[in-house]
Amino acid sequence: MEPTPDTSAYMIAGYAVFFIVSAIYVASLFIRNRSLQRDLETLEDLDAKK
Amino acid sequence: MTPKPTLLKVLDYLSVIVLIIAAYLALVYAPTEQIMGDVQRVFYFHIGTAWVGLLGFVLSAILGIAYLVTKDMKWDIIEVAAIEISVVFFFITIVLGSVWARPAWNTWWTWDPRLTTAAITELVYVAYFMLRAGVEDPERRARFGAVYALFGGLSAPITFMAIRLFRSIHPVVIGAANQNQEKMNMSGDMRVAFFFALFAFTVIFIDLFWNRIRLGQLESKVEQLKLKVM
Repeated sequence: MEPTPDTSAYMIAGYAVFFIVSAIYVASLFIRNRSLQRDLETLEDLDAKK
Repeated sequence: MTPKPTLLKVLDYLSVIVLIIAAYLALVYAPTEQIMGDVQRVFYFHIGTAWVGLLGFVLSAILGIAYLVTKDMKWDIIEVAAIEISVVFFFITIVLGSVWARPAWNTWWTWDPRLTTAAITELVYVAYFMLRAGVEDPERRARFGAVYALFGGLSAPITFMAIRLFRSIHPVVIGAANQNQEKMNMSGDMRVAFFFALFAFTVIFIDLFWNRIRLGQLESKVEQLKLKVM
Protein backbone atom coordinates (compact mmCIF):
# COMPACT_ATOMS: atom_id res chain seq x y z
CA MET A 1 0.00 0.00 0.00
CA GLU A 2 1.33 3.46 -0.97
CA PRO A 3 1.97 5.96 1.83
CA THR A 4 -0.47 8.87 2.20
CA PRO A 5 1.02 11.94 0.41
CA ASP A 6 1.75 15.10 2.38
CA THR A 7 -0.71 17.61 0.92
CA SER A 8 -1.07 19.71 4.08
CA ALA A 9 0.36 22.83 2.40
CA TYR A 10 -2.59 22.82 -0.03
CA MET A 11 -5.01 22.36 2.85
CA ILE A 12 -3.50 25.33 4.70
CA ALA A 13 -3.62 27.43 1.52
CA GLY A 14 -7.30 26.52 0.99
CA TYR A 15 -8.38 27.42 4.51
CA ALA A 16 -6.25 30.59 4.42
CA VAL A 17 -8.14 31.68 1.30
CA PHE A 18 -11.45 30.91 2.97
CA PHE A 19 -10.72 32.89 6.14
CA ILE A 20 -9.10 35.83 4.33
CA VAL A 21 -11.91 36.24 1.77
CA SER A 22 -14.59 35.84 4.47
CA ALA A 23 -12.87 38.39 6.72
CA ILE A 24 -12.57 40.88 3.86
CA TYR A 25 -16.29 40.48 3.06
CA VAL A 26 -17.40 40.88 6.69
CA ALA A 27 -15.12 43.94 7.02
CA SER A 28 -16.62 45.39 3.83
CA LEU A 29 -20.12 45.00 5.30
CA PHE A 30 -18.99 46.77 8.47
CA ILE A 31 -17.21 49.61 6.64
CA ARG A 32 -20.11 50.19 4.22
CA ASN A 33 -22.55 50.23 7.12
CA ARG A 34 -20.48 52.79 9.03
CA SER A 35 -20.07 54.97 5.98
CA LEU A 36 -23.82 54.88 5.20
CA GLN A 37 -24.68 55.72 8.82
CA ARG A 38 -22.44 58.80 8.52
CA ASP A 39 -24.06 59.79 5.20
CA LEU A 40 -27.50 59.35 6.71
CA GLU A 41 -26.68 61.61 9.67
CA THR A 42 -25.30 64.32 7.34
CA LEU A 43 -28.32 64.13 5.04
CA GLU A 44 -30.75 64.22 7.95
CA ASP A 45 -28.98 67.36 9.25
CA LEU A 46 -29.20 68.97 5.81
CA ASP A 47 -32.85 68.01 5.54
CA ALA A 48 -33.62 69.47 8.98
CA LYS A 49 -31.90 72.79 8.08
CA LYS A 50 -33.94 73.12 4.87
CA MET B 1 -31.63 52.94 11.16
CA THR B 2 -33.30 50.68 13.70
CA PRO B 3 -30.94 49.04 16.21
CA LYS B 4 -29.83 45.50 15.49
CA PRO B 5 -32.51 42.98 16.60
CA THR B 6 -31.51 40.69 19.47
CA LEU B 7 -32.15 37.64 17.31
CA LEU B 8 -29.68 38.90 14.72
CA LYS B 9 -27.08 39.53 17.42
CA VAL B 10 -27.61 35.96 18.65
CA LEU B 11 -27.28 34.74 15.08
CA ASP B 12 -23.99 36.68 14.68
CA TYR B 13 -22.50 34.89 17.70
CA LEU B 14 -23.99 31.55 16.66
CA SER B 15 -22.38 31.89 13.22
CA VAL B 16 -18.94 32.34 14.76
CA ILE B 17 -19.49 29.35 17.06
CA VAL B 18 -20.70 27.00 14.28
CA LEU B 19 -17.83 28.15 12.05
CA ILE B 20 -15.29 27.27 14.75
CA ILE B 21 -16.95 23.86 15.30
CA ALA B 22 -17.10 23.19 11.53
CA ALA B 23 -13.39 24.08 11.23
CA TYR B 24 -12.54 21.79 14.15
CA LEU B 25 -14.52 18.89 12.65
CA ALA B 26 -12.95 19.39 9.23
CA LEU B 27 -9.38 19.95 10.35
CA VAL B 28 -9.07 17.75 13.46
CA TYR B 29 -12.04 15.41 13.98
CA ALA B 30 -12.38 13.99 10.46
CA PRO B 31 -9.80 11.33 9.61
CA THR B 32 -7.13 11.95 7.00
CA GLU B 33 -8.13 10.57 3.62
CA GLN B 34 -5.66 7.84 2.67
CA ILE B 35 -5.16 8.58 -1.03
CA MET B 36 -5.30 12.39 -1.13
CA GLY B 37 -4.02 13.23 2.32
CA ASP B 38 -4.87 16.43 4.20
CA VAL B 39 -5.96 18.39 1.13
CA GLN B 40 -9.20 16.38 1.16
CA ARG B 41 -10.17 18.42 4.24
CA VAL B 42 -10.93 21.44 2.05
CA PHE B 43 -13.81 19.35 0.65
CA TYR B 44 -16.00 20.10 3.72
CA PHE B 45 -15.84 23.86 3.25
CA HIS B 46 -15.86 23.49 -0.55
CA ILE B 47 -19.25 21.77 -0.41
CA GLY B 48 -20.56 24.04 2.35
CA THR B 49 -19.80 27.22 0.42
CA ALA B 50 -21.06 25.69 -2.85
CA TRP B 51 -24.37 24.78 -1.20
CA VAL B 52 -25.08 28.29 0.08
CA GLY B 53 -23.68 29.88 -3.09
CA LEU B 54 -26.09 27.99 -5.33
CA LEU B 55 -28.91 28.42 -2.80
CA GLY B 56 -28.54 32.21 -2.99
CA PHE B 57 -28.51 32.19 -6.80
CA VAL B 58 -31.71 30.14 -6.97
CA LEU B 59 -33.28 32.30 -4.26
CA SER B 60 -32.42 35.46 -6.22
CA ALA B 61 -34.35 34.14 -9.24
CA ILE B 62 -37.43 33.66 -7.03
CA LEU B 63 -36.92 37.14 -5.56
CA GLY B 64 -36.63 38.51 -9.09
CA ILE B 65 -40.06 37.06 -9.88
CA ALA B 66 -41.42 38.56 -6.62
CA TYR B 67 -40.15 42.00 -7.70
CA LEU B 68 -41.53 41.73 -11.22
CA VAL B 69 -44.96 40.73 -9.90
CA THR B 70 -45.24 43.25 -7.03
CA LYS B 71 -42.83 46.06 -8.10
CA ASP B 72 -41.97 46.36 -4.44
CA MET B 73 -38.37 47.58 -3.94
CA LYS B 74 -37.92 45.41 -0.86
CA TRP B 75 -37.61 42.37 -3.14
CA ASP B 76 -34.84 44.12 -5.06
CA ILE B 77 -32.93 44.79 -1.84
CA ILE B 78 -33.27 41.15 -0.76
CA GLU B 79 -32.29 39.90 -4.24
CA VAL B 80 -29.07 41.97 -4.25
CA ALA B 81 -28.24 40.67 -0.76
CA ALA B 82 -28.67 37.04 -1.84
CA ILE B 83 -26.54 37.47 -4.96
CA GLU B 84 -23.74 39.40 -3.26
CA ILE B 85 -23.26 36.78 -0.54
CA SER B 86 -23.49 33.94 -3.06
CA VAL B 87 -20.87 35.53 -5.31
CA VAL B 88 -18.45 35.64 -2.35
CA PHE B 89 -19.19 32.06 -1.26
CA PHE B 90 -19.08 30.69 -4.79
CA PHE B 91 -15.75 32.40 -5.42
CA ILE B 92 -14.41 30.59 -2.34
CA THR B 93 -15.88 27.31 -3.68
CA ILE B 94 -14.03 27.70 -6.97
CA VAL B 95 -10.73 28.60 -5.30
CA LEU B 96 -10.99 25.70 -2.81
CA GLY B 97 -11.79 23.34 -5.70
CA SER B 98 -8.74 24.57 -7.57
CA VAL B 99 -6.51 24.09 -4.50
CA TRP B 100 -7.84 20.53 -4.16
CA ALA B 101 -7.39 19.84 -7.88
CA ARG B 102 -3.66 20.68 -7.90
CA PRO B 103 -2.51 17.58 -5.96
CA ALA B 104 -5.49 15.42 -7.00
CA TRP B 105 -5.52 16.09 -10.78
CA ASN B 106 -2.03 17.60 -11.07
CA THR B 107 -3.48 20.86 -12.40
CA TRP B 108 -5.01 24.00 -10.88
CA TRP B 109 -7.70 24.18 -13.53
CA THR B 110 -9.21 22.12 -16.33
CA TRP B 111 -12.17 22.88 -18.60
CA ASP B 112 -14.26 20.08 -17.16
CA PRO B 113 -18.08 20.57 -17.46
CA ARG B 114 -18.50 21.22 -13.72
CA LEU B 115 -15.61 23.67 -13.50
CA THR B 116 -16.68 25.43 -16.67
CA THR B 117 -20.33 25.83 -15.64
CA ALA B 118 -19.22 27.00 -12.15
CA ALA B 119 -16.92 29.63 -13.66
CA ILE B 120 -19.70 30.79 -16.02
CA THR B 121 -22.17 31.02 -13.12
CA GLU B 122 -19.76 33.15 -11.09
CA LEU B 123 -19.08 35.45 -14.04
CA VAL B 124 -22.82 35.77 -14.79
CA TYR B 125 -23.38 37.14 -11.29
CA VAL B 126 -20.31 39.39 -11.32
CA ALA B 127 -21.80 40.87 -14.51
CA TYR B 128 -25.09 41.36 -12.61
CA PHE B 129 -23.40 43.99 -10.45
CA MET B 130 -21.81 45.61 -13.50
CA LEU B 131 -25.25 45.85 -15.09
CA ARG B 132 -26.74 47.41 -11.95
CA ALA B 133 -23.88 49.89 -11.67
CA GLY B 134 -24.65 51.13 -15.17
CA VAL B 135 -28.30 52.02 -14.49
CA GLU B 136 -29.07 55.25 -12.58
CA ASP B 137 -32.83 55.02 -12.15
CA PRO B 138 -33.59 52.76 -9.14
CA GLU B 139 -36.77 51.27 -10.64
CA ARG B 140 -35.15 50.48 -13.99
CA ARG B 141 -32.16 49.05 -12.15
CA ALA B 142 -34.42 46.83 -10.06
CA ARG B 143 -36.38 45.68 -13.14
CA PHE B 144 -33.26 44.86 -15.17
CA GLY B 145 -31.75 43.16 -12.12
CA ALA B 146 -34.85 41.05 -11.56
CA VAL B 147 -35.01 39.84 -15.17
CA TYR B 148 -31.26 39.16 -15.15
CA ALA B 149 -31.49 37.25 -11.83
CA LEU B 150 -34.41 35.24 -13.19
CA PHE B 151 -32.43 34.00 -16.19
CA GLY B 152 -29.15 33.85 -14.26
CA GLY B 153 -30.85 31.51 -11.80
CA LEU B 154 -30.89 28.84 -14.50
CA SER B 155 -27.10 28.59 -14.30
CA ALA B 156 -27.26 27.23 -10.73
CA PRO B 157 -29.15 23.98 -11.49
CA ILE B 158 -27.10 23.56 -14.68
CA THR B 159 -23.90 23.76 -12.58
CA PHE B 160 -25.30 21.30 -10.05
CA MET B 161 -26.39 18.83 -12.75
CA ALA B 162 -23.30 19.22 -14.97
CA ILE B 163 -21.48 16.24 -13.41
CA ARG B 164 -24.62 14.10 -13.71
CA LEU B 165 -25.40 15.03 -17.32
CA PHE B 166 -21.94 15.15 -18.90
CA ARG B 167 -18.73 13.13 -18.70
CA SER B 168 -16.81 14.74 -15.88
CA ILE B 169 -13.78 14.02 -13.73
CA HIS B 170 -15.32 15.95 -10.85
CA PRO B 171 -16.32 13.58 -8.00
CA VAL B 172 -20.03 13.17 -7.25
CA VAL B 173 -20.89 13.52 -3.57
CA ILE B 174 -24.61 12.82 -3.65
CA GLY B 175 -25.87 10.01 -5.91
CA ALA B 176 -23.66 9.20 -8.91
CA ALA B 177 -25.59 9.15 -12.19
CA ASN B 178 -23.72 6.15 -13.55
CA GLN B 179 -21.16 3.55 -12.48
CA ASN B 180 -18.29 5.22 -14.37
CA GLN B 181 -18.39 8.29 -12.17
CA GLU B 182 -16.08 8.71 -9.22
CA LYS B 183 -18.19 8.67 -6.05
CA MET B 184 -16.90 9.84 -2.70
CA ASN B 185 -16.97 7.21 0.01
CA MET B 186 -17.06 8.86 3.42
CA SER B 187 -16.49 7.23 6.78
CA GLY B 188 -18.85 7.97 9.69
CA ASP B 189 -16.60 10.73 11.09
CA MET B 190 -16.28 12.29 7.65
CA ARG B 191 -20.07 12.35 7.35
CA VAL B 192 -20.34 14.18 10.68
CA ALA B 193 -17.89 16.86 9.46
CA PHE B 194 -19.65 17.02 6.09
CA PHE B 195 -23.21 17.45 7.40
CA PHE B 196 -22.14 19.84 10.13
CA ALA B 197 -20.37 22.00 7.52
CA LEU B 198 -23.62 22.12 5.52
CA PHE B 199 -25.52 23.17 8.65
CA ALA B 200 -22.87 25.73 9.68
CA PHE B 201 -22.81 27.39 6.27
CA THR B 202 -26.61 27.55 6.22
CA VAL B 203 -26.54 29.42 9.57
CA ILE B 204 -23.74 31.71 8.35
CA PHE B 205 -25.63 32.40 5.12
CA ILE B 206 -28.81 33.35 7.00
CA ASP B 207 -26.83 35.64 9.30
CA LEU B 208 -24.95 37.39 6.49
CA PHE B 209 -28.13 37.56 4.43
CA TRP B 210 -30.01 39.35 7.20
CA ASN B 211 -27.11 41.75 7.81
CA ARG B 212 -26.82 42.48 4.09
CA ILE B 213 -30.57 43.12 3.77
CA ARG B 214 -30.29 45.69 6.58
CA LEU B 215 -27.38 47.30 4.73
CA GLY B 216 -29.49 47.41 1.56
CA GLN B 217 -32.32 49.09 3.44
CA LEU B 218 -29.87 51.68 4.73
CA GLU B 219 -28.51 52.25 1.20
CA SER B 220 -32.03 52.75 -0.07
CA LYS B 221 -32.84 55.22 2.71
CA VAL B 222 -29.67 57.25 1.98
CA GLU B 223 -30.42 57.23 -1.75
CA GLN B 224 -33.96 58.51 -1.18
CA LEU B 225 -32.78 61.20 1.23
CA LYS B 226 -30.11 62.31 -1.26
CA LEU B 227 -32.78 62.81 -3.92
CA LYS B 228 -34.87 64.82 -1.45
CA VAL B 229 -32.05 67.03 -0.15
CA MET B 230 -30.01 67.58 -3.32
